Amino acid sequence: MNAYMAYKVSTQTTLAMFRNKTFTVRRRFSDFLGLYEKLSEKHGPNGFIVPPPPEKSILGMTKVKVGKDDSSAADFVERRRGALERYLQRVVNHPSLLQDPDVREFLEREELPRAVSTQALSGAGFLKMINKATDAVSKMTIKMNESDVWFEEKLQEVESADQHFRKLHTLVESLVIHRKELSLNTASFAKSAAMLGSAEDNTALSRALSQLAEVEDKMEQLHQDQAANDTFSFAELIADFIRLLGAVRGSFDQRMKAWQRWQDAQAMLQKKRETEAKLLWANKPDKLQLAKEEIAEWEAKVTQYERDFERVSATVRKEVIRFELIKYWEAFLPEAKAIA
Amino acid sequence: MHYGMCCLCVLQPRAVNVDLQTDATLQVDISDALSERDKVKFTVHTKSTLPNFKQNEFSVVRQHEEFIWLHDSFVENEDYAGYIIPPAPPRPDFDASREKLQKLGEGEGSMTKEEFTKMKQELEAEYLAIFKKTVAMHEVFLCRVAAHPVLRKDLNFHVFLEYNQDLSVRGKNKKEKLEDFFKNVVKSADGVLVAGVKDVDDFFEHEKTFLLEYHNRVKDASAKSDKMIRSHKSAADDINRIASSLYTLGTPAMFKFEFEFTSSVVESGLLRFCFIALQKIEARVAADEDLKLADLLKYYLRESQAAKDLLYRRSRALVDYENANKALDKARAKNRDVLQAETSQQLCCHKFEKISESAKQELIDFKTRRVAAFRKNLVELAELELKHAKGNLQLLQSCLGVLKGNT
Repeated sequence: MNAYMAYKVSTQTTLAMFRNKTFTVRRRFSDFLGLYEKLSEKHGPNGFIVPPPPEKSILGMTKVKVGKDDSSAADFVERRRGALERYLQRVVNHPSLLQDPDVREFLEREELPRAVSTQALSGAGFLKMINKATDAVSKMTIKMNESDVWFEEKLQEVESADQHFRKLHTLVESLVIHRKELSLNTASFAKSAAMLGSAEDNTALSRALSQLAEVEDKMEQLHQDQAANDTFSFAELIADFIRLLGAVRGSFDQRMKAWQRWQDAQAMLQKKRETEAKLLWANKPDKLQLAKEEIAEWEAKVTQYERDFERVSATVRKEVIRFELIKYWEAFLPEAKAIA
Repeated sequence: MHYGMCCLCVLQPRAVNVDLQTDATLQVDISDALSERDKVKFTVHTKSTLPNFKQNEFSVVRQHEEFIWLHDSFVENEDYAGYIIPPAPPRPDFDASREKLQKLGEGEGSMTKEEFTKMKQELEAEYLAIFKKTVAMHEVFLCRVAAHPVLRKDLNFHVFLEYNQDLSVRGKNKKEKLEDFFKNVVKSADGVLVAGVKDVDDFFEHEKTFLLEYHNRVKDASAKSDKMIRSHKSAADDINRIASSLYTLGTPAMFKFEFEFTSSVVESGLLRFCFIALQKIEARVAADEDLKLADLLKYYLRESQAAKDLLYRRSRALVDYENANKALDKARAKNRDVLQAETSQQLCCHKFEKISESAKQELIDFKTRRVAAFRKNLVELAELELKHAKGNLQLLQSCLGVLKGNT
């Protein structure tokens, strides 16, 4: 059986670069992952915050494929649809990414070639990738001498936000479990109350107890199940944001890598100069020529990498600023405080 | 950091959950209570016009063990075999709450000041609620005794109320606890035997069947309601922690950069806040409602057990009476020790009839009390539910208003 779920992607646009004003295509989940892979390869190293792809879920997808006919399968598809939509919105809202021909192709082209090797790009795999990059950074030979304290502050904020959200996510997941438990326990209590009502020999009280049991049963169960679902969606939004924070960290890491490359090139250049000095002293003219060529090569590299580093830094800075939308939260804050 | 609670609570005369007549001849209440590290000290306050007491109004300080002593003295008194002995109040149990406060103190470093203060407030409120409940349970016990036409005259009861020194009733030691355990085993085995005896009297036969089934169902309902409450509490705890976490999130320092959400999703952010706030209210409220129901069930679990105990004592007396009859017949047949057998038979007969008479009245009273208590509590429960549903509705409507205002 090779069935798969296709999602309808509809675009409405006034941009000149598209062929039509409105158009629709069908895309599979792996197509979205393929898009992410292309974008991440091309733009990640330049310091862009590439929006993370949605979670892969074997359990959820299997339920759908097997044709499980209850609300859980329908819920799963709906949740995934929402996540995919959020993902695309982030991509097209990014002014630089929107210019990428792969994005245009994704939105416009009728038939997209199958994306291969997207195995590694499940949600967990994505985070693993980011973590590996972070590890590589921490193993850096020379500790980055942060000349620009702005980057240090921002990274700090990202990391503290990440911690906070992970904690929140754990709490919300725990709440989902407890609400489900509560739903079960309420149902069993309602049954027990009904039994008590039938044992009661005072007829009026018996009737009252039976009614109580009924009300408890219907109302509470519905209510708790609904609340469990809402809470679950909330948990997903948080998980989504944690992944986004991961992408932000990723861009900082790319900047560090660029810096490291520059430093390594400088170190190499130094070594080449030392070699030249040694050769001069030992008086070996032919090897000297080679050494001079290598020095020139490395000088160019150093300049190149320095420029790269500056460019990546500037990109990261712009990206992070684009992220900050204080104005929404300032309007929101008094309400939030009042409620909490 | 140690969080022992040493609070002084002043309590007004409370509306007890059992419908009782109070009259001027003897009024008892717990006017004050002090919670110390291991124990709770209750101030028992009495107002009486009875001549037995030296004054008309007086107070003494009592601890839980002294209440248990009083209860046990009733149970062991043969003269009271024909009455439903008001169930003993449960031991004050602050262990769980104290443990939570302790854990909070240990974890103080790992959370923000606001989170900590909020959690501390929640836990203190919980502690206070448990405290109030234990005081109420002890008070109900005393009031039931004071309301009972025979028990209120008991000498031990008067000593309990008036003697202003320590009664020196220590808790049971290991040997005594073991004795109690065996007594209970014997009693339950005996109870099974005795229960098998079919009663001639229809009233008592019906009562026996009814009480047995009722008691079991109340036990089941009580257990299930406890489970339900525990889940509700866990959920409420989670919600509180989430709410305080979100609160921290709302501060500019934490949240300078953001979900690059479009405004529609910021609205969903507001919705999330409303939802959390709603849950917070609803969780606390639901917990209160649950407790009301759970307390009621627990109390009637104990009362129905006391009623069962009464029936057991009566059946026991019946069996003794029948055995005495048989012994008398045998003595008459052998014409030996007839007088002794006759007196013994008369005693058993008298005892059985006395118990039967008072038991009948007690069981009828029990029924009336039970129906009244359930009615009162169920009405209050329904009113609470309505009030909170209205509150929830208001909150949702105001959230809607803010959302509509923002777009």
